[in-house]
Amino acid sequence: MDWSVIAASLPKFVHAFGVTLWLSAVSVILATLLGLVLAVCRDYKIPVLSQISIAVEELFRNTPLLIQLFFMYYGFPSIGIKMNAEACAIIGMAILGGAYMSGAFQGGFGGIPTVQIESARALGLSIPQMIRYVTLPQGLTRSVPAIAANAIFIVKETSIFTVIAVPELTNTARDLIGLYYHTNEYLLELVIAYAIILIPLSVVLTLLERRVRRGSFRTA
Amino acid sequence: MADATTTDATTTPNTGNRTTDTPLLSVQHLRKSYGDHEVLTDVSFDVPQGKVVVLLGPSGSGKSTLIRCLNGLETIQSGSIVFDGTNIGQASEKQWRSLRSTIGMVFQSYDLFPNLTVADNIRLGPVKVQKRAKDEVEQQMDTLLKDVQLSDYKNAYPRELSGGQKQRIAIVRALAMNPKLMLFDEVTASLDPEMVREVLELMLRLAKRHMTMIVVTHELEFAKRVADTVLFLENGVILERGSAKDFFTNPKTDRARRFLDSMSPVSAE
Repeated sequence: MDWSVIAASLPKFVHAFGVTLWLSAVSVILATLLGLVLAVCRDYKIPVLSQISIAVEELFRNTPLLIQLFFMYYGFPSIGIKMNAEACAIIGMAILGGAYMSGAFQGGFGGIPTVQIESARALGLSIPQMIRYVTLPQGLTRSVPAIAANAIFIVKETSIFTVIAVPELTNTARDLIGLYYHTNEYLLELVIAYAIILIPLSVVLTLLERRVRRGSFRTA
Repeated sequence: MADATTTDATTTPNTGNRTTDTPLLSVQHLRKSYGDHEVLTDVSFDVPQGKVVVLLGPSGSGKSTLIRCLNGLETIQSGSIVFDGTNIGQASEKQWRSLRSTIGMVFQSYDLFPNLTVADNIRLGPVKVQKRAKDEVEQQMDTLLKDVQLSDYKNAYPRELSGGQKQRIAIVRALAMNPKLMLFDEVTASLDPEMVREVLELMLRLAKRHMTMIVVTHELEFAKRVADTVLFLENGVILERGSAKDFFTNPKTDRARRFLDSMSPVSAE
């Protein structure tokens, strides 16, 4: 292990760390929002939109992200849609993640007992009031474990952006290895960089899940 | 828990003394079906102001469906439901929403919103739906909680309560809306046996205070004490109706007799 190699490459890794972090954050946020929209379209059986939602979910969940990215990055320009690598990466991950997040929300909201909805109706709550005080807090709470698992999945999957040359962590490590052949040093840095992102994220999400399971959220 | 309610044990509800006034609720020729399957066939009955009607019958007889129709949770195919002078049989969901303020309902279980404290559960209807002043609601809540001896649980979450406590809070939540009519749908059916009593005693107390109530229950001893009128349903038809005394001591139909036999304690002869 040559520490001077690590020291020399550190600035590059720090930069790549920032890129991965940024792409991850944007992907998770967009995926969660898209997932909520897809889930609402399906749950309320909105015509056309719910069918589109089903199609998107099935298509993206059942094809590899690698192929989706290739398709967008190399295929789309031939039909006149040209995007830079980052845009491709974010769009691809947001849609794939959204497809998974939709499932998480559907599971969470679907798990609310019917009598909760009926109790809300029996109290005379309007639909918006029911959503605000009953279904949304309970559904989100129930969705948290699956959303957390998806968030971690999305962060890890950003490593695949390397195939369309986004300068994130994996890509940087691969470039450096290709240039200088210090495989051990660069891979060590790579693993540590991912661990720095994922372990705290995982801890935070576990704490969140535990809190939610105890139901200690105050919503009103 | 029982100490405050022991006086109730000696109080027999006033049976067979119907007022000639217009009933608070009058159901006429109600029909309800799911697709081809008719669940309620030509059901008619009245609930006079301040009286308690108990619905008895085997599982699947339509008792719960009937009570749910009276709160708009189920739509009916035909017939009329006249409540407080207005026919609400074909009310829209919007109309039902305002009606539900005056018709309280308590379910078998899981009524309380687990994400809200006891106090927030109780406040929700009066404050958000009825738009009443917070201070006044707060006062009423304190009185009601004191009455059921659960004042200490005001800021607790439902998960911190026992099954019986939860159901009593669910009843309080409905009462906080100042309903004219209370519907109880097998509220003790999913409770541990030792929790049943505290809930039934609260209901007896309400009956004694002349709350108009429709009660679906399998607790026959309780039914005997609380009911002014018993309706015996089977296959969506009211087979028998009468005072609690008549029904329990001298059922007219064979079916009702068999039902009572099947429900009697094992030790009985």
